[in-house]
Amino acid sequence: MELFINQVLAGIATGAIYACMALAVVMIYQAIDHLNFAQGEMAMFSTFISWQLMQWGVPYWWAFLLTLALSFAGGIAIERLLFRPLAKAPILTNVAGFIALFAIINSVAGLTWDFTIKQYPTPFGSSPFLGSQLISTHQAGMIGVTVGLLILLYLFFQFTRIGLAMRAAASVPESARLVGINTSWMIALGWGMAAAIGSIAGMLIAPVVFLEPNMMGGVLIYGFAAAVLGGLTSPLGAVVGGFLVGVFENLAGTYIPGVGNELKLPIALALIITVLVVKPAGLFGRPIVKRV
Amino acid sequence: MSAVEDVVTEAPAVEAVPKRSMTLGYGTSLVVLAALILTPLFVKNFIIFQMTQILYFGLAVLALNILTGGSGQFSLGQSAFYAVGAYTSAILMEHVGMNYALTLPVAGAICFGFGFLFGQPALRLSGVYLALATFALAVAMPQLLKLGYFEHWTGGVQGLVVTKPDAPFGLPMSQDMWLYYFTLAITIAIYIFSVNLLKSRSGRAFMAIRDNEIAASAMGVDVALYKTLAFGVSAGITGVAGGLGAIAVQFVAPDSFTITLAIQLFLGMVVGGVGWLPGSIVGAAFIIFVPNIAEGISKGLSGAVFGVLLFLVIFLVPHGARQVAIVAQQLIGKLKKT
Amino acid sequence: MTAMLNVKDLRAYYGQVQALHGLEFALNEGSLTTLLGANGAGKTTTLRAICNMVRSTGAIEFDGAPLTGRSTENIVRLGIAHVPQGRGTFTTMTVEENLQLGAITRKDKAGVVSDIERMYDHFPVLKERHTQQAGTLSGGEQQMLAVARALMLRPRLMLLDEPSFGLAPLIVRDLFKILGKINREDKVTILVVEQNAQLALELADQAYVIETGRIVMSGNAKEIANNEDVRKSYLGY
Repeated sequence: MELFINQVLAGIATGAIYACMALAVVMIYQAIDHLNFAQGEMAMFSTFISWQLMQWGVPYWWAFLLTLALSFAGGIAIERLLFRPLAKAPILTNVAGFIALFAIINSVAGLTWDFTIKQYPTPFGSSPFLGSQLISTHQAGMIGVTVGLLILLYLFFQFTRIGLAMRAAASVPESARLVGINTSWMIALGWGMAAAIGSIAGMLIAPVVFLEPNMMGGVLIYGFAAAVLGGLTSPLGAVVGGFLVGVFENLAGTYIPGVGNELKLPIALALIITVLVVKPAGLFGRPIVKRV
Repeated sequence: MSAVEDVVTEAPAVEAVPKRSMTLGYGTSLVVLAALILTPLFVKNFIIFQMTQILYFGLAVLALNILTGGSGQFSLGQSAFYAVGAYTSAILMEHVGMNYALTLPVAGAICFGFGFLFGQPALRLSGVYLALATFALAVAMPQLLKLGYFEHWTGGVQGLVVTKPDAPFGLPMSQDMWLYYFTLAITIAIYIFSVNLLKSRSGRAFMAIRDNEIAASAMGVDVALYKTLAFGVSAGITGVAGGLGAIAVQFVAPDSFTITLAIQLFLGMVVGGVGWLPGSIVGAAFIIFVPNIAEGISKGLSGAVFGVLLFLVIFLVPHGARQVAIVAQQLIGKLKKT
Repeated sequence: MTAMLNVKDLRAYYGQVQALHGLEFALNEGSLTTLLGANGAGKTTTLRAICNMVRSTGAIEFDGAPLTGRSTENIVRLGIAHVPQGRGTFTTMTVEENLQLGAITRKDKAGVVSDIERMYDHFPVLKERHTQQAGTLSGGEQQMLAVARALMLRPRLMLLDEPSFGLAPLIVRDLFKILGKINREDKVTILVVEQNAQLALELADQAYVIETGRIVMSGNAKEIANNEDVRKSYLGY
């Protein structure tokens, strides 16, 4: 039993990483109805920028805030320059665009900062949390930030005009234009926010997985899985999905014989697909009724 | 369940391609065929090998095109079917001693069954969910191939070395050239089969599902059957492509069949033009040559160059090679008039 | 007196298909005008062309300024509210959020709050349901919500696309009464597109009849309603 509880705790700790990433995935999905395959690379790039700032002597929290702002602007710039022209192109063309963006960011980061693994600082310290060996203060901090972010997003979408306008633009774009909302800018804003959230995820994950251009590969897959599991239309679902995936992964690794580290990912994905076959809209998503 | 539901009239995931424009005209086909037959006589062995690569990658892209362009289903898991086909051929040749040509129908049949079975749970998924499911399959495949349990057959992480066949009947040609013509014959056969499939009753059922699933089922199309059938056919062709690939490369190993391969095939389809079968070859050429070109332009930034080239292609021709073909056709038409 | 909305030589296209063939009409400030015609005559297209939601050529002037080249949301910001066919409800949001969205371009917070109260006076049923998700409302209630949402803009011109569609006759009468009241009391100029010609002509003071993308008849609503030939050939009652 103790093993079980320990594994669940450890799962929640890794789950926080996925939850953070899933939140960014859901932000973009809400705005443009696509999964952004380059999301992880964008987050990695942001993290490198913050690292660079710290190398130049900027204190952690200033670097953090500056990176947040830069990422926000960068996300908007990417949307305006690269994806706005593709808005009317077929879906699959957009997916190809994400893959192209992925290749570009990964390659530029590799050339600028090379592929060696770098240490990345944590603002929370890394001593055991409340005496537990399984969760460090950093991981506890990460869970705290993720939950805090979720609450902030909730408040933003429920109680601000811009939040309301963004929701309207995402749910019925034509009606949104008819009440005077500039839906095109709402999409850009969605990109900016997703990039900023992604940068937070990157900066929190980097102390755990270390900083390098390929650090987000695996994380993004789990982030997608978490977002899909929770329901792509629900930020809350994304976070819950993230924690669930983390726990799934750990329990599968512990209790299913023959599942080493190698098979953890496929098993987690298989479990998620099973859930989706039973409940296609995800745990918290809105069911979508199709008509002819 | 919440009381409120989003009601949408879903736009088809893939834009409809008129049936006639899914193929090439008669004359153009003959010209392309002649070029494919004659070119190897004038080029070096390495280039012949690359042309062989284009053919079997082209087959794999064509298979994806039948699935996506034909029936409107996404798949990021084609590398898994490709791997199963490649391993089937390799194991049959090396462990059973079967003739290489005979292994291909077996690879195709096994993959057809595999795809058909995988299509069953995939039935309940669509769009991004199906993409995730197939993606999971692609991620899992190399790990499964590495399992110690199958090591006797698969060779584990090391993989299997495959013997390259000689030209039969004492034909005076190099191994590479023989393999090229062998692959070409199979490619043409499968291409003709695919064209006829899409023109048939089943093909019309695929396209009805692609354009509007609910309307298709209202017209009496057995949606479940045809969706899984599309998966099966697509997987079967991919399996044959995988088998050919194993013979050509003379080697199979788990890490040749990662998600990267699935993404390459996907890009090949987009660049070639979704739903345009002849574009599959153009797409295959893109995924084989463009990374090399990118490497040639800048070693350190080859990924970035590749990305930029890809962006250029999708900005200039969002509908891929099909769009280029249509424009070219119109130009030729104008020239003829004047 | 110059017209508030002046439409000249309006042609609209869906891809290669031309839907409007040189439409001309004008709305006077404070008028309540109806645009009548059969299915497919181009009524909806006309409204969509005014808000630049369909590709069109020709001149559309609002208060003497051309609307050409402006985006839909910018046209709305000039004070032109459009109640689209099918109501365009934000189904996943509450009734109150739908009303707030109608006023999203307005800066006067106090005015918005008092306007929401005014809407609840006009449509008491919306007050009862103000925390409900709008998708759970009945068709008639959603139509009222759509009208109320449009009014939240404090529009000078309101375009309504078949407000009677799918509603029970009694509800339609109520709705039209309210429209008349809004037109008289709030001085909102209204252009309503209708298939229910009889009712629309009772309500309106001006009427245009449109057939296959052209205006075939225009004039005083009462006169058109009393003209036997027009009724038989175009309005079908």
